[in-house]
Amino acid sequence: MNNNLIFRLDGVSLIIYLALVCFGLINIYSTSYSEEVLPLWNLGSPIGKQFWFFVISLCLMPIVLFIKPNFFDHLSYLFYGISILSLVGLFVLGQTISGATSWYILGGFSLQPSEFAKITTILVVALTLSNIQSDIKSRQTLLKLILFISIPILLIILQPDAGSALVFLGLFFVLIREGLDLRIFYLGLGMISIFIFTLLFDPLWVSISCLILILIGYLIIKNNQQRTPRNPFIVLIGLCVLFSYSANFIFHSVFEQRHRDRFNIILGLETDTKGIGYNINQSKIAIGSGGFSGKGFLNGTQTKGGFVPEQHTDYIFTTIGEEWGFLGSSVVIILFTTLICRILLRAERHNTTFPRAYSYGFASMLFVHFFVNVGMTLGLVPTVGIPLPFISYGGSSLLAFSLMFFIYLNFDANRLS
Amino acid sequence: MIRKIVLLSITLGSALLFLVRLTTLQLLDTDYSEISLNNAIEKRPIYPTRGLIYDRNGTLIVANQPVYDLMVIPENSAAFDTLELTKLLSLSKDELEIQLKKAKQYSRKLPSVVVRHVSKEERAVLQEKLWKYPGFYFQKKTVRDYVIPTAANVLGYISEVNLNEIRFNDSYDLGEMVGRQGIEKTYDNQLRGEKGYAYYQKDRFNRIIGSYENGDFDQKPKSSTDLTLTLDATLQLYGEALMQNKRGGIVAIEPSSGEVLALVTAPNYNPNILVGRTRTKNFSILVQDTLAKPLFDRGLQAEYSPGSPFKVLNALIGLQENAITENTVFSCNQGHYYARGAFMKCHCAMGTQNNLFEGIYKSCNSYFSKTYSRILDGAENSAEGMDRWKSYLNRFGLGNYLGYDLPIGKKGFIPGSTYYDRVYRKGAWSTPTVISNAIGQGEVLTTPIQMANFTAAIANRGYYIKPHFTRLNNEMLGDSLYPKNETGIDSKHFETVIDGMHQVVEIGTARIAKIKGIEVCGKTGTVENFIRLDGQKTQLTDHSIFIAFAPKENPKIALAVFVENGYWGARWAAPIASLMIEKYINGDVQRKWLEGQMLMGSLQEEYNKPLSGKPFEINE
Repeated sequence: MNNNLIFRLDGVSLIIYLALVCFGLINIYSTSYSEEVLPLWNLGSPIGKQFWFFVISLCLMPIVLFIKPNFFDHLSYLFYGISILSLVGLFVLGQTISGATSWYILGGFSLQPSEFAKITTILVVALTLSNIQSDIKSRQTLLKLILFISIPILLIILQPDAGSALVFLGLFFVLIREGLDLRIFYLGLGMISIFIFTLLFDPLWVSISCLILILIGYLIIKNNQQRTPRNPFIVLIGLCVLFSYSANFIFHSVFEQRHRDRFNIILGLETDTKGIGYNINQSKIAIGSGGFSGKGFLNGTQTKGGFVPEQHTDYIFTTIGEEWGFLGSSVVIILFTTLICRILLRAERHNTTFPRAYSYGFASMLFVHFFVNVGMTLGLVPTVGIPLPFISYGGSSLLAFSLMFFIYLNFDANRLS
Repeated sequence: MIRKIVLLSITLGSALLFLVRLTTLQLLDTDYSEISLNNAIEKRPIYPTRGLIYDRNGTLIVANQPVYDLMVIPENSAAFDTLELTKLLSLSKDELEIQLKKAKQYSRKLPSVVVRHVSKEERAVLQEKLWKYPGFYFQKKTVRDYVIPTAANVLGYISEVNLNEIRFNDSYDLGEMVGRQGIEKTYDNQLRGEKGYAYYQKDRFNRIIGSYENGDFDQKPKSSTDLTLTLDATLQLYGEALMQNKRGGIVAIEPSSGEVLALVTAPNYNPNILVGRTRTKNFSILVQDTLAKPLFDRGLQAEYSPGSPFKVLNALIGLQENAITENTVFSCNQGHYYARGAFMKCHCAMGTQNNLFEGIYKSCNSYFSKTYSRILDGAENSAEGMDRWKSYLNRFGLGNYLGYDLPIGKKGFIPGSTYYDRVYRKGAWSTPTVISNAIGQGEVLTTPIQMANFTAAIANRGYYIKPHFTRLNNEMLGDSLYPKNETGIDSKHFETVIDGMHQVVEIGTARIAKIKGIEVCGKTGTVENFIRLDGQKTQLTDHSIFIAFAPKENPKIALAVFVENGYWGARWAAPIASLMIEKYINGDVQRKWLEGQMLMGSLQEEYNKPLSGKPFEINE
């Protein structure tokens, strides 16, 4: 059975995982490189810490792989409870680093419970969905699911670490897969579009456009169907107009200036390369200067000069872009995409809900991180401080994503048993 | 089915979006790599040390010396003993505080200059105590060192380029030193050499954190070229000493080569005062002295009436034009009537009969005004005669720039018929109108270097070589030799004139210029001059002028000396010229009494006369 398990492992994903982590280590080394050369395992440097977390992750791999899958569904609630407690405990024992109380300091290592809450939340959502009595169409189950997702979000927002909280919203992809009313999905999509268009243009113009679009939609449907009720369309128009104006109000009165700035920079409504737009501008300069094949390992001038802030954590992709160029960046993007799609496709092969929902949750989590992080460095998404999985510096993040990945491997390998 | 492909398609869509974005950022848009070069890499110029300047005998005149800028990085600085620092560098506390504040405002992490140009000596004292001043350090620079403090007017000076020049000339870098005046300006390219560049990696605070790519892209500077001047430093210094407390100029030229041996202007300044920390203060003192004008090079820029030396040229033109011969005799009765009721005075006795030779050494006004009349009247009309006369003078290098290798100069003025037609109306003037030109007093204006140049042409018996200040090697010059400029006057005509000039020194007006063992030829001049004082044209004491060359055969030196308000030619200019000749040819001066008199003599009192506001006598 043991031998069989190793043969049944998703080898391609494992190779992608190892490749990404090693590439991450190389780039962290580059960002923290200076004239004095420290050995790889020296704990005094970021690369040393990251290296040891990688070692720990690899040690945990066999343990996680050989646990029986039903161990997870038995203990999911417990894990979830512990992680919620650890988030609550932060308000008492947590350490504040750069404004957010998100860390426990344990003998020189800092742990970020919000990273581990990602695993337990996915588990608990998957477990809830797999429950025989639960039906996602029922209001009770839906509320339960929303509750499981919202508790960590709230606790993390209070730290405050809005970026980490945001990624939990990725779990809605799981809900959609498992039967959430699609109208909610379309509604969300519509709201996001209206929100963006409201920022770009005037609420009045957005309202007029909505009116016209919905009218056209109504006329098309009316042509095809004999009887078309008029009222829902009127309500829809009303909702759109209402949302557009309230989005405008929220953006200008509820959001803080720094949040507004982030949106304005991305939407090109403001340019300020010295102040609020500095990060994104420097990030684009670093990536853009890489050219086709990059400047080479340890040769990134922007990386060496430390022009991009948070370069070894959230902005690690700029170093990849600068030193490895279009080739390196594309390879990373393709590896991530392959991994996510592979997980999604293999998740569909599960006959039971729990491992499928879990795999789906893991893929969504990966996707949200990947999309927001890379999008941010490329200047496509507003600045949100979240790491690039497997690559960014950050022990908790590496450990948590590794565990998530190992659990996925476990479920995948045990699919037929 | 749609549920299964939502995330899948969003993932693939995002990946596609990112790849497109990467393509535009990294492959299509090249601006970003340029910005990257600008903000992460600093290109710093490396200047070769500026070329040295030697005199004609290989004596080093201008070298370079290190000075030190005291720098501070505010971030690294801590409390220190301001009192001690201000004492060591003789600054006021306010000055220091202003500089420190400026430094902080500029940047906390980048170095700023606190005190410019700290001398070697000051630095030596401070260096030992520098550990007490965290964040301070010295940065070495090189500035000029005038080993022999002489010829400031020839050498010129250098200074940093200003922002405007950088804007209009890409090749300049901030802080680059360029020649502003004199030799430093003319030969700036050779003296500067070609700068190189070093590339450095900067961090986000603009701090240098190391060389870029191990200096693979660095360009080495090309070394500068040293210059050899034609000046004789000893003669130049001697001339400057002779001219102290006087105003005027000396220009000495080696006739055979056109090399300028000395270009003295008085008053002058010590070039070392324009180096270092007191430069700005000293420079403004020089600029603000509008009476003595120490920055005005009287040798090159002052236009004076040439006076009697000009008679020699009229004689030569008369001979060439066959207006006179060497045997032509004119009578003089303490002067003569050059037109009805118009009398020109002369110091000859009643009934004197002068031939050309006598006319020259007696400096007879009548003789030369009659010669001049014949030159002009010999032609079909005065206008044509005037223009022919002018063209001869132009060929002597008068009335236009000489084209020497210093950036400043004046044309002087030789009037022609068009000038007089404009002033008097066409046909309304004739020879008597312009008769003053005959004796170098009328509208004619020359600069001392032009006078020295025509003296050299006389010494050469008919040609001159463009005066110049540097001995260039062939590479710089292209053609190695300067061409001869022919004056258009046959060399046979010069002998009589030169004999006359020799007699000037032997038995004529400039006997004081006689030197034992050297045959000196010269011509004195005493020039009337006027200024406008309280709105009235007021005559001042005459200028003292002397032109000379020596020896008579194979002349080694030709010179013009001009002493403002020096009473008459033989009083100041002739002795100074003769001392210069003796110094240059014999190496030292025997006539110590004359030397002492000239060195000590001062005309300061004379210069103060018009300023005193009281009535004054001239030529007393």
